[in-house]
This record gives sequence, C-alpha cells and structure tokens, in this order.
Amino acid sequence: MPEIRNMTMNFGPQHPAAHGVLRLILEMDGEVIERADPHIGLLHRGTEKLAESKPFNQSIGYMDRLDYVSMMCNEHAYVMAIEKLLGVTPPIRAQYIRVMFAEITRVLNHLMWLGAHGLDIGAMTIFLYCFREREDLMDCYEAVSGTRMHATYFRPGGVYRDLPSMMPKYEASKWHNQEEVDRLNDNRQGSLLDFITSFTDRFPNCIDEYETLLTDNRIWKQRTVGIAEVSPERALQLGFTGPMLRGSGIEWDLRKKQPYDVYDQLDFDIPVGTNGDCYDRYLVRVEEMRQSNRIIQQCAAWLKDNPGPVMIDDHKLVPPRREEMKDDMESLIHHFKLFTEGYCVPKGEVYSAVEHPKGEFGIYLISDGANKPYRLKIRAPGFAHLASINEMVKGHMLADVVAVIGTQDIVFGEIDR
Amino acid sequence: MTDTTANLAAKLEERFSNELINCVIDRDEVTLVLPAEHLLSVCKVLRDDEQFAFSQLSDVCGVDYSAYGQVDWSTHETTSTGFSRGRQAADQAQDADAVSETTDSNQRYAVVYHMLSIKHNIRLRVRCFLADEYPRIHSVTEIWSSADWFEREAFDLFGILFDGHPDLRRLLTDYGFIGHPFRKDFPLEGNVEVRYDPDKKRVVYQPVTITNRVLVPRVIRDDNRFFTPQEEQNDA
Repeated sequence: MPEIRNMTMNFGPQHPAAHGVLRLILEMDGEVIERADPHIGLLHRGTEKLAESKPFNQSIGYMDRLDYVSMMCNEHAYVMAIEKLLGVTPPIRAQYIRVMFAEITRVLNHLMWLGAHGLDIGAMTIFLYCFREREDLMDCYEAVSGTRMHATYFRPGGVYRDLPSMMPKYEASKWHNQEEVDRLNDNRQGSLLDFITSFTDRFPNCIDEYETLLTDNRIWKQRTVGIAEVSPERALQLGFTGPMLRGSGIEWDLRKKQPYDVYDQLDFDIPVGTNGDCYDRYLVRVEEMRQSNRIIQQCAAWLKDNPGPVMIDDHKLVPPRREEMKDDMESLIHHFKLFTEGYCVPKGEVYSAVEHPKGEFGIYLISDGANKPYRLKIRAPGFAHLASINEMVKGHMLADVVAVIGTQDIVFGEIDR
Repeated sequence: MTDTTANLAAKLEERFSNELINCVIDRDEVTLVLPAEHLLSVCKVLRDDEQFAFSQLSDVCGVDYSAYGQVDWSTHETTSTGFSRGRQAADQAQDADAVSETTDSNQRYAVVYHMLSIKHNIRLRVRCFLADEYPRIHSVTEIWSSADWFEREAFDLFGILFDGHPDLRRLLTDYGFIGHPFRKDFPLEGNVEVRYDPDKKRVVYQPVTITNRVLVPRVIRDDNRFFTPQEEQNDA
C-alpha cells in the first residue's frame, strides 16, 4: 500500500489573493488545510526605527504608508499621541475635520476591502462599483491635502489647513468633450463640503447596489457563511479588534467606548454580528459604511455652520504663516527653529488608540524630552488578526484560505511596518 | 477616566502589595512596574480576577533604554521667558516617571505589555525590566494567545528570549538575518544590502555602501517653566 503523505504548499508571496506580500506555507491533507504558517516581513521597512531618527513631525508621512488604504486614520493615532504628551487640544473645528476625514477614510478602506474581497472569491462587478465611489473620496483627499493617498494632513495641534472653498474641476480634453466634462463637474460647483454632502446623499443608494449584488447572492453566501467562525471568547483571546471582534458579537468600538476628538457628540450605531463567520463580518463592515456616512453628514453640516481656526495658535509647535514671516523677526525665528530642529516633547509615555477601519490602531510613544521619539511602537490591528490565521483556516478547504485572508482585511503596510 | 484610573491604581496596589515595585499614573494611564519573576502570576490574576478582567492583551513590545536621555548636541538651558519648544504651560508637573529612576540600575531592556479590559473599559500598561546581557522573561502565550506573534517580534527585533513560547522564530526580518535591528546599537542603515549580481546571475549580499547622515540632531531642551521640585532636587 502506498504511503500517504501530507502535501506542503507554498502560497504567495506573488499571488493576487495574498493582498500584497504574504507568504503562507500550507500543510495540506488533500484539499484540507492542516496547518498554515504565515511568513511575513517582506514589506518590513523599520518604520519604528526610522521614526526614532527623525523629529516628530517628519514621521507623520510614514504613518500614511503603514496601512496605505486608510491613511488618515494612522495619522490620527500618531498625532493624538503627540498631543497627549504635549498636553495640547486642537480647536473644535479641527476635531470635526479630523473626524470627518477619519470616517471618509473608513469608507475608503471598506470600499477597497469589499472590492478586493469580492474579486478574490469570484465577484467581478463589485470591484468596479467600489472603485467608482472611491474615486470621489480620493478627490476629497486631493482637494484638502494635495495628494490622493499619502496626505500628511493631520498635525499635532490641528490639521494642516482649512477645507478649500472650491472643488477642483475637470477640464475638457481630447478624451472628454465639454458636454461630458460638464456632467462630471455637476457636483463640483461649490465647496469641498458641498461635494461631500452630495456624496453622502448619493452613497446610501450605492451601498444598496453593493448589497443587491452580494448580500442575498447564493454564490457569495456559499463562499462566506460558516467559514472561519470565531467565538467571542477566542476573538478576545486572539486580540481581535474592530469589525473582526464585532463580527463575533462583542459590542466594542473605541469611538463609543473611549471617545476621542468629537465622536461623543455624534450620533451613530455600532453594528454587531452573531455567528462570527466571514458573512457576518461582511455585514458588519457594510453597515459600518452606512454609519460612517451618517457621521460624515453630521460633520459636514456642522463644519458649514461653524467657521474657525483649524490649528492651535502656538508657534513653538506649528509654523507661522508665510506672510507673517516676511516682516516679523520672531515668526522667522520660530519658522527656522521648527524646521531645523522641531519641537521638544516632555518626558513620558503614552498609548493612544483609535478605532481604525481594521480595528484598534495604537501608538505607544516614549519620549525622553528630545525632539525625536525615543521609542515608537505601532500596534497594528492586522498583525493580531493575521497571527490567528492558522486557527481560522484549520480544517477548511484551500479555496477558503482566500476568503479568510479577505475577511481579515490584510494590508501588509501595517503588518510588516 | 481620571476617577477610574486612580481607582484601578488603588486596587492594584492593594492586590499586589507583595510583588509590586511601582504603580504610576501619568497622563491618565496606569503603569505597573513588575519584577520579571512575578509576571506570570500577576498576569493570571489580571486576566481572571473579576475586579480587573483584562481579557485582551493589545500589545507586547520591547524597549531598549540604553540611549535614554542621550543627545547629539549638548545645549544650554533656556531662560524662563525664552524659547520653550512647544511645551505647553499645561500642568505637566507630575512628570515624575518611573523610567529615569529604574534605568539607573543598569537594566537595559524592558518588555511592555498593554492590556485592555472590555468589561471595565480600562487599559493597563505593565513593564518588566530585564537584565543586560541575555534578556529573558517568561512568555504569556498561555494566558493570552495574542502574545504569540508580539513576542516573536520582540525576540526578532530586540533579542529578548521568552521562556515557554511555543515557536520562538524570527518574524519580520529576512531569512538568515544576523542581529537585532531595533537595539539602539544597531545602525539605522543596517549592516548588509542586497543587489543583483549580473555575473553570478543571482542576488548577493554585501556590506552596506550607504552611510547614515543625521540631518536633525537629537536635542533635549530643559524648560524652566516645567521644572518640578523633584527634578530640581535631582539636578542639585
């Protein structure tokens, strides 16, 4: 009788469903996974070590590049940590802007997740639908910060600049004639806030479209229902946070439980799953998009009515305006010192966590009183999630590995750091 | 939160009066400093005791304190009216941190645990200082499964050994990597680099050809406005 041996299979790192550079060593018994051993670190850039060698503000840009599909949420945790050490509070308008952009980022992230997850397990159209809406949100990023992804918009003490009063418009070209361009520019006539409001009015219908494609779709359910069930106890043990934890039925959301900025003044609900399988986590994330849409709506309405400063008025911490520098000696000195040396942060250590689209994103910052962090530790939600992949895929088929990677919302920028 | 942190600190001090070195509240966060040998027993209580119920371990990280408070440039102190570099006149008076006191006793490494109690909605930080030469500590994987990768990462980056860890391998660095890159004596630019060698037709490792340039030196500005009485005593 021939000897039957388990097969060891290499998955990735160059595999479209590996969401970047995941290398999985799978031990298979036929089609069934016995053990999965992820090899990570292919995208390790040593962000934490690099941050130790730079003044505080210069590392904000590194934060964008951690989880590169939810850029501003990463910045949010980092600037909040610095603010906590310094003991400064940003102006209320800045807090509303941050919350609004954090929620725009959440929608961006969930759209990317939904599109990619759908594509991974066999749905094509959803990807195109999601990227259609992502484009508009990317334009919001661009309007406010000048870049479409790595914004570096949040700063300790507020945000870099106020919301623009007009939205950039398309111009006619040999690919788009004037008529087409007019149609595209239809909702770009007013300010950025008008554009965001028109988006939020439209977006619930878009989510309905996604749900029509997927929620009751027989194939979608076959691929997700009952796959990788995690009990609430195990979810806590494994360090799950965010939608992964809520999918397992634990009502835990830092925006509600430990509110930061102005989340305590906004009205939204926390969706919770019951079975803790891939399908529940899908439902939780889709509902989160609706709730984020509500938050964006409330913030946009508030911001329209309440103009004001978006940065604290302390030139030891934020650079003075360009015009002031031209004829004020002290402003020039402040500017020079800030850009050659940065600011010193008092001794101490803080842990600041935000409800990142993927879970709890924490920044642990130790300062020894210098102008650079002494130690920066990034607590990435995806890191804890990926660590559990062995437990989640054990006993499932090979094709379900893809569904599990999708449901964990893996992005290697934050896991490898 | 202020009330609850004080409450938690009081409870911790009462419960762990035998093991505890130090329990500090700073910026509304509670830090418990423990001797490494008590870690496991304390963590079990922290998870299982109803009054703590820290059901989740959010984070484990290593810290290398060997360069703490060192600067590239020594500068003069500022005047009480002059520059103070972004330090707000907030009440940072309670700047007394356990760190500077304990680093004197030549304990270079520390492992820092962040835990979260969903039941009581509160966080706790536990720090254990470790010996200089071969830092080792007991693993907490049997208490919280999430510690698995966090400890592997701390081993990889700092060379801290975790006794009882089921699978202590390198996690983030390259296959066959030598050294522990997040130690303060490991150069920022690394020791080796890779390139494709057209003659050998494969990727080869070679010593780094770049040098690290410090564009902004590390400075510490003492601010007279925030001198606490305790610090003045230390300086005197």
